[in-house]
Amino acid sequence: MRVPLSWLREYADLPDGVTGREVAEQLIRAGLEVETVEESDLTGPLVVGKVLTYENEPQKNGKTIRWCSLDIGKDEPQWVVCGAHNFEVGDLVVVVLPGAVLPGGFAISARKTYGHVSNGMICSSAELGLGDDGMHGIVVLEAGEATPGDDAIELLALRDDVLDIAVTPDRGYCLSIRGVAREAATAYGVELKDPADLALDGSGSGGYPVRVEDSEACSVFVTRTVTGIDAKALSPRWMQKRLLASGMRPISIGVDVTNYVMLELGQPIHGYDKGQLSGEIVVRRANAGEKLVTLDDQTRELDTEDLLITDDSGAIGVAGVMGGASTEISDATTDVVIEAAHFDPIVIARASRRHKLSSEASRRFEREVDPLLPRYAAQRVADLLAEYAGGTILPDETVVDTHPAPAPVNLRADHAARVAGAPITLEETVRHLESVGCTVEAAAADATAAPLAAGVHAPVLAAVGTTTVGTANVQADDLLTVTPPSWRPDLRDPNDFAEEAIRLFGFDNVPSILPAAPGGQGLTVSQKRRRRVATALVGAGLTEVVSYPFTGEADFDAMGLPADDNRRTTVKLVNPLSDEEPSMQTMLLATLLRTAERNVGRGATDLAIFQTGLVFLPKAETKPAPLPSVAHRPSDAEIQSLYDALPDQPLHIGVVLTGSLTPTGWWGKGRPAGWADAVQIGRVIASAVGAEPVVKNVELAPWHPGRCAEFSVDGKVVGHAGELHPKVCQAFGLPVRSSAVELDLDALIAAGPESIAAHPFSSYPVAKEDVALIVAADVAAADVQAALAEGAGELLESVRLFDVYTGEQIGEGKKSLAFALRFRAPDRTLKENEVADARQAAVQVAVDRFNAVQRVG
Amino acid sequence: MSGPNTDYDPVEVTPLHAEEVERTRDEALTAFTEAADLAALQEAKVTYLGDKSPIVLANREIGALPPQARKEAGQRIGAARKAINEGFTSRLAVLEAAHEEQLLATERVDVTLPWHTPQLGARHPLSLISEQVADVFTALGWDVAEGPEVEAEWLNFDALNFQPDHPARQMQDTFFVEPAGSGKVLRTHTSPVQARSMLTRKPPIYVICPGRVFRTDELDATHTPVFYQVEGLVVDEGITLAHLKGTLDHFVVSMFGEGLEARLRPNFFPFTEPSAEVDLLCFVCRGASVGNPDRPCRTCGSEGWIEWGGCGVVNPRVLQANGIDTDRYSGFAFGMGLERTLMFRNGVEDMRDMVEGDVRFSRQFGMEI
Ligand SMILES: [Zn+2]
Repeated sequence: MRVPLSWLREYADLPDGVTGREVAEQLIRAGLEVETVEESDLTGPLVVGKVLTYENEPQKNGKTIRWCSLDIGKDEPQWVVCGAHNFEVGDLVVVVLPGAVLPGGFAISARKTYGHVSNGMICSSAELGLGDDGMHGIVVLEAGEATPGDDAIELLALRDDVLDIAVTPDRGYCLSIRGVAREAATAYGVELKDPADLALDGSGSGGYPVRVEDSEACSVFVTRTVTGIDAKALSPRWMQKRLLASGMRPISIGVDVTNYVMLELGQPIHGYDKGQLSGEIVVRRANAGEKLVTLDDQTRELDTEDLLITDDSGAIGVAGVMGGASTEISDATTDVVIEAAHFDPIVIARASRRHKLSSEASRRFEREVDPLLPRYAAQRVADLLAEYAGGTILPDETVVDTHPAPAPVNLRADHAARVAGAPITLEETVRHLESVGCTVEAAAADATAAPLAAGVHAPVLAAVGTTTVGTANVQADDLLTVTPPSWRPDLRDPNDFAEEAIRLFGFDNVPSILPAAPGGQGLTVSQKRRRRVATALVGAGLTEVVSYPFTGEADFDAMGLPADDNRRTTVKLVNPLSDEEPSMQTMLLATLLRTAERNVGRGATDLAIFQTGLVFLPKAETKPAPLPSVAHRPSDAEIQSLYDALPDQPLHIGVVLTGSLTPTGWWGKGRPAGWADAVQIGRVIASAVGAEPVVKNVELAPWHPGRCAEFSVDGKVVGHAGELHPKVCQAFGLPVRSSAVELDLDALIAAGPESIAAHPFSSYPVAKEDVALIVAADVAAADVQAALAEGAGELLESVRLFDVYTGEQIGEGKKSLAFALRFRAPDRTLKENEVADARQAAVQVAVDRFNAVQRVG
Repeated sequence: MSGPNTDYDPVEVTPLHAEEVERTRDEALTAFTEAADLAALQEAKVTYLGDKSPIVLANREIGALPPQARKEAGQRIGAARKAINEGFTSRLAVLEAAHEEQLLATERVDVTLPWHTPQLGARHPLSLISEQVADVFTALGWDVAEGPEVEAEWLNFDALNFQPDHPARQMQDTFFVEPAGSGKVLRTHTSPVQARSMLTRKPPIYVICPGRVFRTDELDATHTPVFYQVEGLVVDEGITLAHLKGTLDHFVVSMFGEGLEARLRPNFFPFTEPSAEVDLLCFVCRGASVGNPDRPCRTCGSEGWIEWGGCGVVNPRVLQANGIDTDRYSGFAFGMGLERTLMFRNGVEDMRDMVEGDVRFSRQFGMEI
């Protein structure tokens, strides 16, 4: 809502000399979101000029300029160059002279242009800061509106600050000068001249015939009729100027007046060309298949939920959203039927959404308009049409009004103090509620507080005092009966009224008290373990990144996922940002590889990045989530079905390594990051949370079929690590042999220990033995190691693979694995034969299990 | 040869003369002192302490002396040998030290050279700031609560008093999950975690909820469709707006420094009533830039206050929908955007830097913000 300060001043008696910025500050304190204050930086001289002569001078660039002489009230004419052509000799125009500054800081000086010295220029509406008036040229004043040499700044009220206010959904009444003026008057403690306080001259009956079929959706419908207007009359300049300053284009007197009244009062108005109406106006819901050509010349298919304004010809408007083209006011219109109605906010909101049509009218109706306004707004429109379009107002008036009176609410007299925890006195509470327009009475003896009234207990309430309401003396625990004003349908609950009292009391005046929580236990085990994983990876040189979780077929294809891969089964969005990425990620690598691609593309070819995030795994059977009542807590079964309807969303961790882990340097050749680094990072992640994964070779996209490690804990697969498939590297533009990890972090964390019991360790000497075993090439080293450990028995302290050898000496299809075994007893020095026996037992299990042959020498 | 020699007068045995012993001793000590390096010292050692050295040879002569003279000669020779030995070891220590020093000097390296083991990586600053917020509140005894990102519409909206056709619900620019009408959305705020907390915990509830949220905004310098929020919720007996202010003041000081405070401006949120915007006193200029064109402040745009988030007293309708007894309990809630916090706290100028995953963005922070 754009509010010119001059318009505000008309209804709120603001102190002389206050600026837009000062008013904005007061309004912000009162809870209005003033986003910007446009302060005019215009300075003169800016005068009215009369065109004496002009020459059309075609230029080489194809333009034709005019070399004009102007009477600006001085002895000598003023000579200027002008690019516009929408004026004639004798017209009054606005001339800015050298030394002036136009809005936007444009300083004007005499300058040489197109072969002349132009001593200033003739101004357009936009140049004057009035916005685009649609004239495609300069401003031409009405003949006789001014005399040459007059100060145009004063004439056009050009120096006017404009406040731009973002109106929150509960403050629909502030979508009007009337509402903002009320807030400004309250803030300054000055009188409000209510613009709706008009003399009604309608008879209350006999107006254009109207039948409302759905009085829930349309509770008020008022019409007035004005005959014999000159539809071609121009709206007065002050009205045009205010419309422009408020962000609306002047169009014609008929349209401008309805817009003006809407801005001033907040009541949307629709004007019909009476000559185009046929028969009774009926307000009803649309029939199936009905259509309407709206004012924007679009043919709209109507929904049976749409509320329509109709006549004998069918639909002539979607109520509260947009009128129809057939009954629009045109240049030929002489008689106008003015409609001012009250529509249900939800009906309008839905229609506006359905037709993707957000109009100035619908924005107001959606936030609910004062139901008492229609008669006054229609009167105001009629008055303005009579005055500026030469019309005659018929006393006949249609008034359909079934709107219920605002419901009174009972609340404790000290409710505001209790909610705030501040000593807001009862006297202040009552005064503030009255200043927002509420009627406050002492409640009847048998009244009970409205639901939701109790529950807030301030520690200090002794200061609220007592007060007198009417003739009653009111104490803190007495009830008040408060009736909200017609323009505040948002005031329904005790807390709504408390808010009004507290904001006028001043949020700044509420004390600051840190509440004492009961003792907590800090982060959960899972939260702590996540931090440890991140710290460990950073210690290993990895950098954390974030990526959007959106993905699509292109990513799955690039990762080489088979057509039937269940990771292609996704949670999809109805309205994704991009049609190419309609899915939520089922694996982090889908999006992390794109992030890697972006980094590599920006020159970071040696990359070690990680990311944690949820993945979204659809359940086998997807059910819609219910929408239980909000009147009370849903049942446990309902809550469970809310949770059950959602996809599984485990937390994953992903890693991508590209290029070198060690760069080439003065120490020697660099070392590329490879499959083993990825697997090792998987192990680091697991050990950071205390999990002990089992690792084995598997084939799985997007990894290299021979270089993919599957991680599992307690028999459950928790992820994979290894080198990426060459085609995947190519598809994502990554260096060859890039590698990646993806693990289910939740599952790993859950596999960590609850607590760790300490083991004693021996101080007797260690006995070291090396064993080299020749096995088939496809036997996993980890399995051989496990066999040795199993066979070696209790005396084994550790076993470690230290060499892998393949070559002619041991034959094709075989490999030699060398292990270092350490033996130690807790209670004695081991004898040579004990060690030899244990070693032999270890080897024997490997021999039995893998046909291993001991390599000698 | 060790038997007494009767051929000459023992008194006349020259090597055992006192002057001769002293001369030999002094000669040896001089030779040691003059030895310039370990090799020269070793040579002098052979000369003055070796098998053929005068002092060793003199010692052998003692046996030839008459018994009555042996004692005195033995003492004289012993003292001289001791002095020569000491002279040697002290010189040896000096030369060894000099030798080592020289050797170490040749091993000097350029310690500014880089090395090949990885540098420390970096956390993403959004993670760091989330953790910092969590730490501030866990220190107060609060819990850190979490929830899913694909969320039930009821928990995201209805349970929080966002009515189906209310403009506030439309303003949230929601991503809906297929099929249309599934009742599932990408959460538009972390508030459903608050609803979950109320549904699963019993008061007193003190929770802080950091998390990722989604709105259908296009990415530009100040908007992103995927962003991070942190929200706090308290439900307890006797909770008032004053407690909200106290909590926000503490939060502001913890994140931005001593002497700072929060300011509340009335606003509207369906979840809370009364509702307010949270502003924080500019931590750079502390308001000194207001009306002071000579000292403009980029952080607050010379407004003195920085818009930080929203807050309010939990609307009793919300408590009711989530099964909290409104006769006994009241609550407050607040929420902030973490990207925005980073933007003004750490001078990040473009939202895109925070969401594109460029490692250079994270790396400039390391493990601290
Ligand atoms: Zn500042």
